[in-house]
Amino acid sequence: MTQGIDVAGVYVRDQDEALAFYVGKLGFRVHTDVRNGDYRWLTVQHPDQPAFQLGLFKPGPPVHDAATARTLFEVLAKGAMPPLVLVVDDCRATFERLRASGVEFTQEPVDRYGSVDAGFRDPSGNGWKMIQARTQRGAQ
Amino acid sequence: MTQSPELLRRLLRAKDRMDGASHEEWPVDRLAEVSAVSAAHFARSFKQAFGMPPHRYLLTRRIERAVAMLRETDLPITDIAFSTGWKSLGTFGRIFRDITGESPGNLRARARSSAPAGQLVPECIVRAVQRPDLKASVSEKRREQAVETMGLQSTEDS
Repeated sequence: MTQGIDVAGVYVRDQDEALAFYVGKLGFRVHTDVRNGDYRWLTVQHPDQPAFQLGLFKPGPPVHDAATARTLFEVLAKGAMPPLVLVVDDCRATFERLRASGVEFTQEPVDRYGSVDAGFRDPSGNGWKMIQARTQRGAQ
Repeated sequence: MTQSPELLRRLLRAKDRMDGASHEEWPVDRLAEVSAVSAAHFARSFKQAFGMPPHRYLLTRRIERAVAMLRETDLPITDIAFSTGWKSLGTFGRIFRDITGESPGNLRARARSSAPAGQLVPECIVRAVQRPDLKASVSEKRREQAVETMGLQSTEDS
């Protein structure tokens, strides 16, 4: 792929905590972690998806003034950020593994529409849907 | 009074728990425990954070689940009422009508006559979109409706 989405990010309340979660628990890898003063550009990527980076960005200066940053932290903590979807080969197995590692699940795996889905949140409050890929059934 | 992100995150946990098991009973002290706040502060904090009291939020989720089951399953309405957390069919029917404006049976019949929702959108999103918009309490809604039918007030349909 030469054109397309390269980076899309989520806001997090603490970048070290987010790194420990996305890398240590979900199994992502660090792609870029660079600082400029207080600013830290941090992106991770899924090991099977090298063309896409997920940014883990903390609201604050120099991008946001203090009041705006505060609002973003509130919205984040209320779980009001946009939905995120993670595709996995085996939803139940991944659920067991992630739950054992302390991931906060909001929904256990459920069979729906010929697939299986579960839900979890990152420490900041971002909500992920974890959906089992349907490709095994010869759809491709 | 502003709420700290730490408190909001813990209140979200209580909301998530209701979302995950809306058929269960969720008295304030149980929710307060999930959020690690005192029962005295929980209801007020929740309402400030999410715009409605926890019990009212729970009702919207139960009705939402019931609507989904009416649309997607052939289960008898009685079974749906009990499995979504109501203890009596009468209460279920009354609150269902108060919130959605029609009876469970009508909604099912109407849903069946229209095309199913696209399955390209995750289920949780579809449900959130179809979630009843419960701005007024159930009893308030009933009063408004009674007033409307008496022709004393013309308000837009909420």
